[in-house]
Amino acid sequence: MNTKTAALGPWARLSEYGQKYGILIALLLVCAVLSFLSEFFLTQRNILNVLRQASVNGILAIGMTFVILTRGIDLSVGSVLALAGVVSASLATTSPAAMVAGGPFPVMLALGAGIAVGIAAGAVCGVFVAYFNVPAFVTTLGMLSAARGLTLLYAGGRPVPSLTPEYRFIGTGDLFGVPMPIVLFGVVFLLAYLLLTFTRFGRHVYAVGGNPHAARVSGINITRVRLMVYVISGALAGLAGMILAARTGSALTQAGIAYELDAIAAVVIGGTSLSGGVGAVTGTLIGALLISVVNNGLDLMGVDSNYQQVIKGMLIVAAVMLDQARHKNN
Amino acid sequence: MAQPLLEVRGLTKAFAGVPALSDGQFVLQPGSVHALCGGNGAGKSTFLTIVMGIQQRDRGVIRLRGQEVSFARPSDALEAGISIIEQELSPVPAMTVSENIFLGREPVGLFGRVDFRRMNREAQKLLDDLHFRISARTLMMDLTIAELQLVEIAKALSYNAEVIIMDEPTSALGEAQADELFAAIARLKAQGKGIIYVSHRLSEIFGIADTYTVFRDGRFIDSGAMGDVTRERLIEMIVGRSLTDEFAKDNTPTDEAVLSVSSLNAAGRVKDVSFTLHRGEILALYGLMGSGRSEVFERLFGLHPDEGGDIVLNGKPVRLISPKESIKAGFAFVTEDRKGTGLNLMSDIRTNICLARLRELSSAGVMRRAREMSAAQRMIAAFGIKTPNDKLDVSGLSGGNQQKVVLGKWFLTDPGILLLDEPTRGVDVGAKRDIYKVMSDFATQGGAVIMISSETDEVLGMADRAVVLRDGRVSGEVTRDQMSAATLLNLAA
Repeated sequence: MNTKTAALGPWARLSEYGQKYGILIALLLVCAVLSFLSEFFLTQRNILNVLRQASVNGILAIGMTFVILTRGIDLSVGSVLALAGVVSASLATTSPAAMVAGGPFPVMLALGAGIAVGIAAGAVCGVFVAYFNVPAFVTTLGMLSAARGLTLLYAGGRPVPSLTPEYRFIGTGDLFGVPMPIVLFGVVFLLAYLLLTFTRFGRHVYAVGGNPHAARVSGINITRVRLMVYVISGALAGLAGMILAARTGSALTQAGIAYELDAIAAVVIGGTSLSGGVGAVTGTLIGALLISVVNNGLDLMGVDSNYQQVIKGMLIVAAVMLDQARHKNN
Repeated sequence: MAQPLLEVRGLTKAFAGVPALSDGQFVLQPGSVHALCGGNGAGKSTFLTIVMGIQQRDRGVIRLRGQEVSFARPSDALEAGISIIEQELSPVPAMTVSENIFLGREPVGLFGRVDFRRMNREAQKLLDDLHFRISARTLMMDLTIAELQLVEIAKALSYNAEVIIMDEPTSALGEAQADELFAAIARLKAQGKGIIYVSHRLSEIFGIADTYTVFRDGRFIDSGAMGDVTRERLIEMIVGRSLTDEFAKDNTPTDEAVLSVSSLNAAGRVKDVSFTLHRGEILALYGLMGSGRSEVFERLFGLHPDEGGDIVLNGKPVRLISPKESIKAGFAFVTEDRKGTGLNLMSDIRTNICLARLRELSSAGVMRRAREMSAAQRMIAAFGIKTPNDKLDVSGLSGGNQQKVVLGKWFLTDPGILLLDEPTRGVDVGAKRDIYKVMSDFATQGGAVIMISSETDEVLGMADRAVVLRDGRVSGEVTRDQMSAATLLNLAA
């Protein structure tokens, strides 16, 4: 019999909670420990700092969640981030050398262009994956290279500096005291959560990842769903690229290198299965926060940044190992 | 009586206090085929996993050729001469037959190099001795499912197995291939091996088994010789109550054509197929595996592009070039491969039931939870799906209950025509009858059904008419009063 009928004792219940909210508990534990180790950790300034650091990776990771839920992967987000950054920045710079003739343009146009670049790059990946059945790993690996090359070609190998104050608002401004990157991260998270949890499209995403054949037989247009998740990931990479450029004041051609790895790490730590069909953006949110908190904590304790890389690597593997053990129990 | 090959007494096992098997008994004689019968949850799997050393018993005795044995792990059982051929085969597709047979114990030569020549020679001898016409150098991925099963048998014998357990070996085979398997079983029997045969298909059991043992609800019910038991009596023991009739059929076909297909070509395999389906009718599309029968369904369901032919539905020509269009036109398709194309196993009952009806269960793209819940409840009640709630993962359900979830998914779309491809595969006798009842009621209420089945009994029991396919073409049509296993097979082969 596979149905759980026996009443759960308190310990079993506790362990069930532990399984369900394991990553959240881990995040809270790390925070609790850090609050003892550093008096600075729980200050308002540091908390905002952690959240701001989490926001760019978090936005990429949310797009990545959609892709991974359909059994895909998007390795191109770091490069697309850079391409969208330089294109939109070139419309919002006051530096004559880097400016598109007639600029600086209204900020909305510059931001729209960045999103459009992201959508276009995502659509190209999506078409190859969904319509031509090229494996997602290969397609997006190609885009990782191509988009980086286009970034360098477009910007002539130089950064795009001197962005207008209106443009820089999305990186350095705030809304009721909350820095804009955090606000945007929150909005993106909320929209993604609503989309995946409550809409028909959300059901399609889970169905395509859970069993594409069954989804197709059930009348779901699986090619369109696959295309759409890469478009979403591309658009969010574009947004992340502009936030990054706005925060630092110039769009760098080398921005976002290896960012795809942190994004995938956040998704995986958050419990979304790489084999698709199972997971949620709430987990991704917690995963992105956990990565950021750990980085911040190690910074506060003065740990060498090279060690930080090692620790992050162990964290990713440990999180997935626990997740596997959990699935085995079920 | 000779000493039994395998003798099991009082085998008991409980999971977390819930007994899965109590007092399991089983006696296997050498040179015999012994059918192990029972519905889902009868304790068959528990019994087999203990005999194979995958799980440990709580109590009981297992004797192999009179010697008491206890297996701590599967390799112990294998060494002692007990092999299992599982329902889901797990070959290494890119390796050859001989590499698969000797996987993990390859004969080695100088400096630890694998001695391929010896390996191929030994594997080929094994296959030849069994009269299997398979080359040891073929890649596993180039074999049919039946051939894979034969390779598994050869592999089992390469361990010098005396006891061979076969778990639903024909569930993925067509008739011709199944006959090949039965011939192999007969040869094993002649060599004095003992075979434990597990199958839901009663006609097979009556065809090849010498003795039977029935388990029900984790208990031993009865055992005896096949010759001393009737089909009705065996079903009664498996189900635990008497089924007045095995096939619940009381629909009457009308003359009103619902669907006419003419000169249909599809998937490069179906050629010039024409037939008509009437309201209230259960039509069987009969044919051997590979005859194009499933492809006809796939074409009608928009899974293959238009390759010519006319489809007329309720007097109107239709294109049916995507599943969405076919669903809208009133088709529902219960596919042959429940796990591969029927269900999302990562998901729960409610989500699966709602999957083909998302548009109607949402408004402006937003899902309406209340509608989804009531739809799922309705289908769980209508089909008697045994589950505490609708958020349980479908992967945990029995085959019969999973199939009812698939049926629930399609009945939610309010179909006019049911396409059922092997609707009772891997489903126990009790649930089978429930499914027959669903078919009959659907036809009685003005629907129309086309079914594909490899079980000839099922076709004879349920179909009003059969259209027989051979090599992608219609080779004949048989009405219910002309129908017999012989006429169907003659037209199909």
